[in-house]
Amino acid sequence: MKSTLKMIGAGTAASVLALSAAHADDPVSLTIVSWGGAYTASQVRAYHEPWMEMNPHVTIINDDGSANALASLRAQAQAGNVTWDLVDMLPSDAQLACEEGIIMPIDHDEMLAAAPDGTPPSEDFLPGSLGECFIPQILYSTVLTYRPGAFPDDAQPSSIADLFDVENFPGRRALQDRPGTNLEWALYADGVDPDDIYDVLSTPEGVDRAFAKLDTIKDHIIFWTEGAQAPQLLADGEVAFATGYNGRMFDAIEVEGMEAEIIWDGQVVEWDGWVVPADGPNLEAVMDYLYFATDTQRLADQAQFISYGPARASSSELVGQHADLGIDMAPHMPSAPENYFAPIVLDNDFWVDYGDELRERFANWMLQ
Amino acid sequence: MSDSSPDDGFVTFDRVQKSYDGETLVVKDLNLSIGRGEFMTMLGPSGSGKTTCLMMLAGFETATSGEITLGGNPINSVPPHKRGIGMVFQNYALFPHMTVGENLSFPLEVRGMGKSEREQKVKRALDMVQMGNFAGRRPAQLSGGQQQRIALARALVFEPDLVLMDEPLGALDKNLRERMQYEIKHIHESLGVTVVYVTHDQTEALTMSDNVAVFDDGRIQQLAPPAVLYEKPDNAFVAAFIGENNTLRGKVDAIDGSTCSVRLDNGSVVKALRVNVEGTGVQSTLSLRPERVVLGEGAAERPNSFEAEVLELIYLGDHIRVRMNVCGDDEFIVKVPNNADGRDMKVGQKAPVGWSIEDCRALDPS
Amino acid sequence: MAQADATMMGGAGASSGTEKLVTAEGVPLKRALERAQRRRKLMAFALVVPLLAFILTVFVFPIAQMMWLSVKNDQIVNAIPRTLEELRDWDGRELPDEAVFAALHADLMEDLERPRREQATGPMGIRLNYELSAARSAVSRTARAASGFEAPYKEAFIDAHRLWGDPELWRIIKREGRPLTASYYVAALDRQYDEDGRIVQRDENRRIYVSLFGRTLMLSVIITGMTFLLGFPIAFYMSILPMRHANLLMICVLLPFWTSLLVRTSAWIVLLQQQGVINTGLVTLGIIDDENRLSMIYNMTGTIIAMTHILLPFMVLPLYSVMRTIPPSYMRAAKSLGATPWTAFRRVYFPQTLPGIGAGGVLVFIISIGYYITPALVGGQSGRMISNEIARHIQQSLNWGLAAALGTMLLVGVLALYWLYNRLVGADSLKLG
Repeated sequence: MKSTLKMIGAGTAASVLALSAAHADDPVSLTIVSWGGAYTASQVRAYHEPWMEMNPHVTIINDDGSANALASLRAQAQAGNVTWDLVDMLPSDAQLACEEGIIMPIDHDEMLAAAPDGTPPSEDFLPGSLGECFIPQILYSTVLTYRPGAFPDDAQPSSIADLFDVENFPGRRALQDRPGTNLEWALYADGVDPDDIYDVLSTPEGVDRAFAKLDTIKDHIIFWTEGAQAPQLLADGEVAFATGYNGRMFDAIEVEGMEAEIIWDGQVVEWDGWVVPADGPNLEAVMDYLYFATDTQRLADQAQFISYGPARASSSELVGQHADLGIDMAPHMPSAPENYFAPIVLDNDFWVDYGDELRERFANWMLQ
Repeated sequence: MSDSSPDDGFVTFDRVQKSYDGETLVVKDLNLSIGRGEFMTMLGPSGSGKTTCLMMLAGFETATSGEITLGGNPINSVPPHKRGIGMVFQNYALFPHMTVGENLSFPLEVRGMGKSEREQKVKRALDMVQMGNFAGRRPAQLSGGQQQRIALARALVFEPDLVLMDEPLGALDKNLRERMQYEIKHIHESLGVTVVYVTHDQTEALTMSDNVAVFDDGRIQQLAPPAVLYEKPDNAFVAAFIGENNTLRGKVDAIDGSTCSVRLDNGSVVKALRVNVEGTGVQSTLSLRPERVVLGEGAAERPNSFEAEVLELIYLGDHIRVRMNVCGDDEFIVKVPNNADGRDMKVGQKAPVGWSIEDCRALDPS
Repeated sequence: MAQADATMMGGAGASSGTEKLVTAEGVPLKRALERAQRRRKLMAFALVVPLLAFILTVFVFPIAQMMWLSVKNDQIVNAIPRTLEELRDWDGRELPDEAVFAALHADLMEDLERPRREQATGPMGIRLNYELSAARSAVSRTARAASGFEAPYKEAFIDAHRLWGDPELWRIIKREGRPLTASYYVAALDRQYDEDGRIVQRDENRRIYVSLFGRTLMLSVIITGMTFLLGFPIAFYMSILPMRHANLLMICVLLPFWTSLLVRTSAWIVLLQQQGVINTGLVTLGIIDDENRLSMIYNMTGTIIAMTHILLPFMVLPLYSVMRTIPPSYMRAAKSLGATPWTAFRRVYFPQTLPGIGAGGVLVFIISIGYYITPALVGGQSGRMISNEIARHIQQSLNWGLAAALGTMLLVGVLALYWLYNRLVGADSLKLG
């Protein structure tokens, strides 16, 4: 059964490759997997549409499957029937997928475009962003937001420490139902320097310390699961604080007009980017697309549609105004200097190594 | 009927009316008195109001107006479970999750009776219907006739003064039905309990009852003992509904005391007993039982005598049904005993028919 | 027809003595019968085959595969066979000797030569990490650097990652260096192996699954009870209504089936949240204070309300179909026998609805025990169920072995409960409508 599927899969892939090699302009359809919503929309406008204009024989099918991409990729690889061409995922997931061998290793300098001034990609992409199988696209962050109406005008919260101060800043807090970000913030609020957080967290005492700090606000927490829930809870007045992705919060505040403020203190920054499934059906077209979609101008273009920072150094000076709102996007980027004063850079290696254990501990803590 | 008279009014309906929709009356002005110990049958076609009457008596329907009394007390506002009336349902309504013994014990239990007394009464009731060995069975393990007996025993086990039966034999085959009719009759006689029995089967009604109330169109058409009902129907509906009946239609020509003469549509004049005729010149239905018609020899001596033609012969074993044309009526039936005369009949043969004045009743035109 | 002939001939043959029974055409009776029945059997088989194949491929096969995943353990065996061979005589106390490290080096070097897709060290690192945090980076970092190692390898490995100097890692390698494992089940029961290989309870702050199973059971029981309490009266009312009105009411009951999850969830949020319709209504009416608004969502209450709502039809439908078949004459009979309406209901009507209650209860219970989307959306922290953990392991942590072990345990639990139900009530009394 399995081997038959594999044979059919391999056969199809081979024939499609053969065809596309023989006739470069034969119709090709690429399945590109991303996070859906405003994020996919920004990719469509910044990457897909201009590229399809240049390559009229290609159609792009958008699949909003990134949230469970790792499981789907593994299932596709095991069934020997890879249907996805390109997947947008987090670097920690990319690391796991890479070690399982289900996505392709990337030679960044070989496969991607250099900066306009000739700087090779390996130097142009921001330090620490490249992965063995991972091509970064944007820098996003998980930020704390609050509802100004929940607090008196002269006592508005301004730091992560305020999140843990229920006495001076009462009200419920909406946090994501996973240990990531929450444990980092607990330590940060407890006085640990952002640079030392993961060193502390890899010791049992550090973990205890983080959970002890979380205990102090436990009765005031509502946990959210889906990214859309956080702004919703804020908008409904259900909570005073909510954590959320900075892009979604930007969208809710600037586009939807929600009453909320972002606290950039202790923002947890992370990359997001592309991985290429091994044995995908249209490798040639995918590499062609990647070369285009990750160049300096394209990454800068994406920032016109969503407030995530481009992953290339050379792109940042090209960031302009929001395409629809006409406001300057630079101040809304996580990487903007006025926002980047106390960032916590998410350590993917740490989370791949300690994630299972900490998730269990976190689930246990939630159950108590 | 035994020693109590039907008039002592153990159960009475006094000007009872019932409507379900507020527009039409299902029961129109019902007046009925049932004596203690009487076996009263409510007979009628479906939709005639007989079952509604029974349900009002049982308490499952309320009378829209009028009063029902039981033992002299009005019971309109007494809930069913306080009326103390036994009831046998059309589908027996034996509780499927209880054994036969538990079914019988149920009415005793809810009355708070002690265990040993219950057992004794259950046993007696089962013995009465010859089902003594079946106490441990479930209703589903019994045949229709057996279920019927159990339902009867259950309705009687708490010794009610009045038992209602709603077409209890409808689901049984013919032989079993006849046997059960006798059994019910015997139980009634030996216990002296009052029974109100609803059926649409006239044979059943005639076999079992002391009195039969014939229902039609929400009214009692006639209330009488079976023999009277058969011999002397008050109106055309009863005559047609009870037993087999020849019907001749015509106009009343003359009235002479208790008799009258009626001119049929083909011009023949028939002399008949005046039962339900208002005066001369009105339409009337003549009712004549097939077994009272004399065919052939002796027919000419009767006060009514006509020439008739044999149209069809139906052999029925003990007798032969002869369909004839009499006075222009093609459906005229005569019953002939299965003897030499009967066997010699031929289709197409002409023969005289005749009957007495007192066997031919002039009724309403219907 | 052939069969009828044969039977008749058979009768004749039997009376004529001991000779073999034959049909009119002289075919032995037995063979004629077999032939006639074979056709019927083939027919029956042909009717069943499509469904059988369907069930096998979409139901039995995946479940079998899931159960296989919960014990499958080839990651380490595939990656380092030589090392495992050398480890065979290791006592599990002190650090293994140089020979083991040399074998490990050889294994890693061989693996590096394989094509990327077939390299086994990656999966091995991920597998080891389930047992010991950071074992993954120990493997991956060492594998990348292994080509530069020189003897003595022991020091080189420990230099590359501290965990190579930890006997715990080696104990795990030795223990899990077998093609089958029970460790996923050990973890699913909140237990772990100690230094001597005994199974002991986990640290208290890492125990989750057993209490989650308990909570899932409890929530399922509560939800089943709620659907019964709400569904019984409505099913009863529908059963005594005329068909036309009953159907209308049925549509209302079935409405949650036809509403998308998104719409349903938003509706609950609008109704139940602290600034929601119900709370605002209660505050306006002065029943509760503005400060004491009720928490009815993002907690256990939310899960119970939402799931009761969704699963109500599964209780109402079997109840209704059973109640429809109970003639009103039973209640009337009971009343005529002297039972008060309440006694008549309790002793006569209610017992007859038991098959419907059983069917509805089993359905609701089994469905709710495996539900996960709704609890994830409205359950907050206290309203989550075991399926949420299973889904997380399938989709996010990718620990399919543990997910499979939890799933298998859930399956076995449900089967056990079903068996118990069968013993106590009898599955043949189930009436699903």
